[in-house]
Amino acid sequence: MANKILKKSDSFYAVYDRKPGEDKMNTHYCPGCGHGNIHKYVAEAIDELGIQDRTIIVSPVGCSVFIYYYFDLGNIQVAHGRAPAVATALKRAHPHAIVISYQGDGDLAAIGGNNIIQAANRGEQITVVFVNNAIYGMTGGQVAPTTLVGMKSSTTPRGRAIENEGYPMKVSELIAALTAPVYVERTALWDTSSRNKAKRSIKKALKAQMEGKGFTFCEIMSPCPSGWKLTPAQSLEWMKENMGAYYKVGVLRDEIKTREPIIKEKKTVTSKEIQEVLGTDIKPSEHYPTNPEDRYKNPSMKFAGFGGQGVLSLGTMLANAAMEQGFNSSWIPSYGPEMRGGTAYCFVNISDKEIGSPTVSNPDLLVAFNRPSLEKFEGDVKPGGIIMYDSTIIDVQPTRDDVEILAVPATGIAESLGNIRCANTVMAGVYLAKTKIMAKEALIQTLPKAIKKKHLIDLNIHALEKGFEFIENN
Amino acid sequence: MAVLEEAKIVVEHDQCKGCTLCIIACPKDVIIQLSSFNTKGYHPVEYKGEGCTGCGICFYACPEPGAIIVYKKGAVVE
Amino acid sequence: MAKEFIKGNEAVVKGAILAGCQSFYGYPITPASEIAEAAAKFFPSVGRVFLQAESEIAAIQMTYGAAAAGERTMTASSSPGVSLKQEGISYAASSELPVVLVDIMRAGPGLGSIAPEQSDYNQIVKGGGHGNYKLIVLAPNSAQEMCNLTMLAFELADKYRAVACVLADGYIGQMMEPVEYPEPVEMKIDKSSWALHATKETRKNLINSIYLEPAELEAHNQNLQNKFAEIEKNEIRFDEYRTDDAEYIGVAYGIMSRIMRSVVDTAREKGIKLGLVRPISLFPFPKAKLRSYRENIKGYFVTELSNGQMVDDVRLAVGELKPVRLYTRMGGYVPSIEEVFEGFEKAFIK
Repeated sequence: MANKILKKSDSFYAVYDRKPGEDKMNTHYCPGCGHGNIHKYVAEAIDELGIQDRTIIVSPVGCSVFIYYYFDLGNIQVAHGRAPAVATALKRAHPHAIVISYQGDGDLAAIGGNNIIQAANRGEQITVVFVNNAIYGMTGGQVAPTTLVGMKSSTTPRGRAIENEGYPMKVSELIAALTAPVYVERTALWDTSSRNKAKRSIKKALKAQMEGKGFTFCEIMSPCPSGWKLTPAQSLEWMKENMGAYYKVGVLRDEIKTREPIIKEKKTVTSKEIQEVLGTDIKPSEHYPTNPEDRYKNPSMKFAGFGGQGVLSLGTMLANAAMEQGFNSSWIPSYGPEMRGGTAYCFVNISDKEIGSPTVSNPDLLVAFNRPSLEKFEGDVKPGGIIMYDSTIIDVQPTRDDVEILAVPATGIAESLGNIRCANTVMAGVYLAKTKIMAKEALIQTLPKAIKKKHLIDLNIHALEKGFEFIENN
Repeated sequence: MAVLEEAKIVVEHDQCKGCTLCIIACPKDVIIQLSSFNTKGYHPVEYKGEGCTGCGICFYACPEPGAIIVYKKGAVVE
Repeated sequence: MAKEFIKGNEAVVKGAILAGCQSFYGYPITPASEIAEAAAKFFPSVGRVFLQAESEIAAIQMTYGAAAAGERTMTASSSPGVSLKQEGISYAASSELPVVLVDIMRAGPGLGSIAPEQSDYNQIVKGGGHGNYKLIVLAPNSAQEMCNLTMLAFELADKYRAVACVLADGYIGQMMEPVEYPEPVEMKIDKSSWALHATKETRKNLINSIYLEPAELEAHNQNLQNKFAEIEKNEIRFDEYRTDDAEYIGVAYGIMSRIMRSVVDTAREKGIKLGLVRPISLFPFPKAKLRSYRENIKGYFVTELSNGQMVDDVRLAVGELKPVRLYTRMGGYVPSIEEVFEGFEKAFIK
């Protein structure tokens, strides 16, 4: 026979133990404040819908910062304006939860303006209760985006001026202009009929959330007698006459009946599936030992050219293969202030020792694919090192006489294979054939990791072989 | 246990902040404000004692969750 | 065990998933974007949440919500984005929510550039937000550590109900190296005593950072400080290289520790006994370790990509008995081995 007695809802604490001070029975709100009414409507709707255990309510910053004193629900208090962002994650973590973001107008429309618009636009399955009293209450009556034109506040002592503060923000209209929200209604607390609508609106929104319908938004115009410097009775009249004239009550969007529900469920994934997706359960590779001369061991290398010449992937190709042969290796792209002038380059280190700095000033190998790279970097190569350059593209020769120089028509060879994009792999073949730091098979084995397009793998194997042939024939 | 034959409201005086919104809302004018103070320093309201229809309008007009309890006709009470 | 050749930024994401991270909330920014991109690729495939938030401010607040909901959760960004996150970091620290933050530092101040710096040291290690709090700060210097320290960050965040930060620089994020992966972790921690699971059992729980009574807030602060003291006692991590007979102790983290390792080798080739202490945990800072050398060495050589931020902690740790000298670069410039060695020679030899 509960409906024969109207009393404090079960979704309120019987005694407000979290509230500091002696008084554990009364709210902290001023006489005539609308928050209490709205709290009652929220609590009653939760009782009626039977969702108390699974409801989480997000406390904003503002007068309602302390709603966790009152609601016997999962409670979380958040930063100013951020309630919709926090609510987003709560709901995504617990799709079965009913999540309420309870916010005032300073919180929601000013500092949290982006957060509410974006949560609404994503169609987060949350219910926002937006208490519009046209003023900042808790901080002492400052102007809000919703403050009416001409209305005095402690920071608009001459009244809100269009020239300075602009026009009052019609938040429900903004929300309703988006496609995702399923239900947007503005109600008020100025008389019995409007209060009934406010109450119904909250329950309707929560029910829609239970059904997985989407983002629901209940704006409620609510009196702030202290902020407005009126009596509670005067506040109702003022609100109806002034706020009611500017902010029209009514349903701005209601697609609850027609919207398909989106029921999200958490799926569980086994450790094996995780490893498969991440590719972290890695099969050991074949080892193809080689016996390079000491001077070629543990090289640090620089690969340089125009973007698109495969400079970076040549580096990863070699470093990847080296790793699979049991070496330490590192790759770092041109990154930072030196990345300019269209020249891309990367550093690769391959070593049987731990690698310190991933970049070196004086590499053992320079592979240059364009003239600027050759000219810019040839002087850096360590005496006794190697300079390889693409003689199809570069029409000058290196000037160094204390290094080994290999003029490789890599682009030309690649073109003869039908795709100049494999010039980098030709260079890889030449380098391996020259130094024997790894076997051809070691690189072939790794090609699928460096080359994403499967149909290009055979081409690159050919290119690699052409590189080896180049050394055999010269 | 008893079944109420008449509707009534009960005001928890110490939870009333004297805002009078219930008085304004009551269609039957059966709520009055007392001249005495409650322990919080407010003039609480009180049911006149007769004429309540149990409509519940005052309950939803009242901002304080526990200040007014409305017993409709037929309510079962201890 | 076989390895994968992978970027540090991507190793973060794989480490996070292996650690049981259930949600990623981020916002794109160079040079951290690969983290969001890899998370977008992998998180949904394993039934976890990925969302690109409307801002860094929102992304950290989403982790606040996810952590409050009991999830292992993370966000990642780079310096200007981390400045924006400071609001949420302070709230999460106060509400004792286990959130993992990854900061791939770039050059500042302001928009700066996308090149690496280590100038977020102060805003991460000293706490860039308001209030009395610390983050657990782990500083990887390889792709392998990007994976492993991300996993450790989740473990420590849960262990202490604190925000844990993986603080790396653009180089460490962008560099590819071999990574060997651990087995996936089953997250079995029962958080029902405080988290919000939207259940009858957890309905009583409150996530909160507001305490209006000075006595109550002071007690809350004191509890936090006790926790940070506990972390200082238990979680100091560092690495040493050729310090046994060192006459000079180099101190560097992140990419500078990699360069310094080569500088140590260069110095040793020249007969100079330089060693390296690499703080892996920046908070807690290996103060006692650094101090332990001071009787037997000629000085400390600190290198960092900033105006000198970590050096303050070194000085606090070792006092004035021996000189603490600094070599720094700013603006995204990463010095060569030779330049740093020259800096060392200028500081101590010449």
